[in-house]
Amino acid sequence: MTVIVERTTPASRAGAVVAVLLIAALIALPWTRDAGLMRVIVEFIALLTLAQMWNLLAGYAGLVSIGQQAYVGLGGYALMVLADDLGVNPFLAVPLAGLVATAFALPTAALVFRFSGGYFAVGTWAVAEVYRLLIANTGALGRGTGRTLKAVFPLARETRELATYALALALGVTTIVAIYLYLRSRLGLGLMAVRDSEPASQSLGVDVFRTKLAVYLIAAFGTGTTGALIYLNLLRISPDAAFSINWTAYTIFIVVIGGLGTLEGPIVGTVVFFLLRELLADYGSWYMILLGTLAVVAMMRYPQGLWGLVVDRWDLRFFPVQRLVRGVGNVSVRER
Amino acid sequence: MAWLDTIVQGILLGGLYALFATGLSLIFGVMRLVNLAHGDFSILAAFIAVVAVQVLDLNPLLALILVVPVMAVLGYGLQRLVLNRLLGRGILPAVLVTFGLSIVIQNGLLETFSADSRRLNPGGIETASLPLGGGLAVGWFPLLTFGVAVLLLVGLQLLIGRTALGRAFRAASDDGGTAALMGIDNGRLYGLAMALSLAIVAVAGIFLGIRTTFTFSSGPDRLLFAFEAVIIGGLGSLWGTLVGGVILGVAQTTGARLSPGWGVLAGHLVFLAVLLLRPAGLFSKPRRLDS
Amino acid sequence: MTLLGVHALSAFYGDFQALFGISLEVAEGETVAVIGANGAGKSTFLRALAGAVPVPPDAVVFDGRPVGGHPAHALVDLGIVLVPEGRKIFPSLSVEENLLVGAYRGRRGPWTLDRVYRLFPVLGERRTQPGTNLSGGEQQMLAIGRGLMANPRLLLVDEISLGLAPLVVQHLYRTLEAVKAEGTTLLVVEQDVSRVLAVAQRVYCFRKGSVSLHDVPARLTREQIAAAYFGA
Repeated sequence: MTVIVERTTPASRAGAVVAVLLIAALIALPWTRDAGLMRVIVEFIALLTLAQMWNLLAGYAGLVSIGQQAYVGLGGYALMVLADDLGVNPFLAVPLAGLVATAFALPTAALVFRFSGGYFAVGTWAVAEVYRLLIANTGALGRGTGRTLKAVFPLARETRELATYALALALGVTTIVAIYLYLRSRLGLGLMAVRDSEPASQSLGVDVFRTKLAVYLIAAFGTGTTGALIYLNLLRISPDAAFSINWTAYTIFIVVIGGLGTLEGPIVGTVVFFLLRELLADYGSWYMILLGTLAVVAMMRYPQGLWGLVVDRWDLRFFPVQRLVRGVGNVSVRER
Repeated sequence: MAWLDTIVQGILLGGLYALFATGLSLIFGVMRLVNLAHGDFSILAAFIAVVAVQVLDLNPLLALILVVPVMAVLGYGLQRLVLNRLLGRGILPAVLVTFGLSIVIQNGLLETFSADSRRLNPGGIETASLPLGGGLAVGWFPLLTFGVAVLLLVGLQLLIGRTALGRAFRAASDDGGTAALMGIDNGRLYGLAMALSLAIVAVAGIFLGIRTTFTFSSGPDRLLFAFEAVIIGGLGSLWGTLVGGVILGVAQTTGARLSPGWGVLAGHLVFLAVLLLRPAGLFSKPRRLDS
Repeated sequence: MTLLGVHALSAFYGDFQALFGISLEVAEGETVAVIGANGAGKSTFLRALAGAVPVPPDAVVFDGRPVGGHPAHALVDLGIVLVPEGRKIFPSLSVEENLLVGAYRGRRGPWTLDRVYRLFPVLGERRTQPGTNLSGGEQQMLAIGRGLMANPRLLLVDEISLGLAPLVVQHLYRTLEAVKAEGTTLLVVEQDVSRVLAVAQRVYCFRKGSVSLHDVPARLTREQIAAAYFGA
């Protein structure tokens, strides 16, 4: 019997076409010289990437962290130090800052992995606070007032904005492609096994600890790189802003509303987030109250999120990571 | 001598931290729930006290009589209507829902009371001090706070150790399924545990509000300190929580003495050190650090 | 008079079906045995009766009232009490506290702390020790005593002989006689077939989640029991 393992869906094949068109449009955007729109897209990609990272941690690895803002801050400050103090090209410094964040993630993991569940969450937050306070007390990093990125001053504003935009596009596309490939790979299969059942996957030979550690480090890299991108865009960093719990609040909202444990979910969630922000711009804290309430309701009634509702209804998958087994004939496996 | 004073201050501060910590560890023990809005509830209580003081012209310490029952009822309702539905679904829903609650409470307080800092004024007692001889003086109010903390801990210890409800808490904490087979209504029990937790944290919040200024965003730090005190002291031990609070308090006051910005950080570092060297805490009963 | 009526009871753990349409009856004051191989569904059946596994409302009728789906704590109020498989003694509670928890609902009846200590003197000797410090046999006595403290009308007993020496099991079954003498209805799940046939008025055999045999012990041959146990 030939067992056919189906890995793509009609929707994904259609979606691939749409994605290519979308990316082409984004690449063409700078020709319109709409700097405002470009900045919004950079912000969008930044939040989307943060959400994808948090989704990877919580939705796939079962690691519920409320301390990812540590890596946003570390990435941002690493950018400042690399570009201004060490003379590295500021655009090259962005992924390098991600590496710096990952370096800090190792000792952090050594500490917080001693916890699990709810206490793990608080532990990650405690560590983020430690980083914030350490930086806020360091003179060379600007203490509480923070720093400004000077390395970009020689550049014309248009050049800087274009380069930032290009970097953001690269980050956005790379992240989605990388996560997609990872989840489709054997490693990704192992990860999803861990999410579904740690004991079962362990008994099948999946190294649970190393899998979780790997995901934690990857997420730190993605978050740190995004943090650097954010502050490349904003140019000004301070500890309270860079290590703010709001980064986590926004990403949690995005992922929960959009759909935890799916690749499409964070995209949907980020769109909703930006729409709500535009609509409620004048309402200050009511905006956050609404976000919080929506997240609570979603978690209680609709844990699969908006995208999950779509999947349940129409079985659409643009980023199929499942392996659907259809059996006919004799046992030889063919994947398509 | 000034160092001795710092240490005494730290010990007394530890009493307050122990109060914050006790509410947190109680519900974790009984139902494996970490309430991320724990600190925010204490600040909510403090703001309710602000209103009670303004509207009823009460001394804040008397306002306790009003605020504590209100918070207890709120805790019972919250548990039975919202949080009970999340148990048994893994930790993610509970963490996210309580996190969402934290955001909602903070922003709700911001909208209602603005960003101004507040303080509860009990009419002078907070500045009075008691001379202990040798040039050392201790504030009446920190002493009172510590005393109240110890009293509440003793009361809680008696409740848990000597009453049917306490036995039910311990049984449910050991094995919720078998507790139900004994006739224990877990839904109601969890509601009572949360009511108790919020009642204790309300006391902590009001004493905090008398001791220092607070704003809508003061909640999360209280959660962190409570968490650190629990971990330092060790899970599963009430008196360990007091010791944990004291160690944290002393670390903070000592750090602040060295340099004003270092107080809280010193506490964090001690916490991390305990985590590295004795992850089970200093006085824990044999039980794992997980949910 | 029928105290317990079970009608076409099916039970599931998620997608997995453990019981397939069990029907069974127990009269008040009777002792009925349930035997069967491992995995036959005996413990699941008792847990379903005790409210730990969801069942449809009409599947279980107690004293004339449908009680299927009632939460476990409400069933204790009615007098349905389970002595669970594996004893499930609470480690954070002392021997005496374990017994007191059994009386949580405060049902009235002949069983008090003193009476339980008279039935199981060793428990009285160890009353302040943590419940799990006891030996296997003593923990089983504690589990039974805890069940008695609820003053049950129907006592569900799940595999009390597991892992215990024959002499200890003999002692436990003698105490069950004392329980019977109070008029308590007993539904006993057991692996030790000969032991339980000696105390029961009727016996059901389960196999793969269904009833494979139902009769009076005196009329059963070993061949019949083996066939019902393992399948012909």
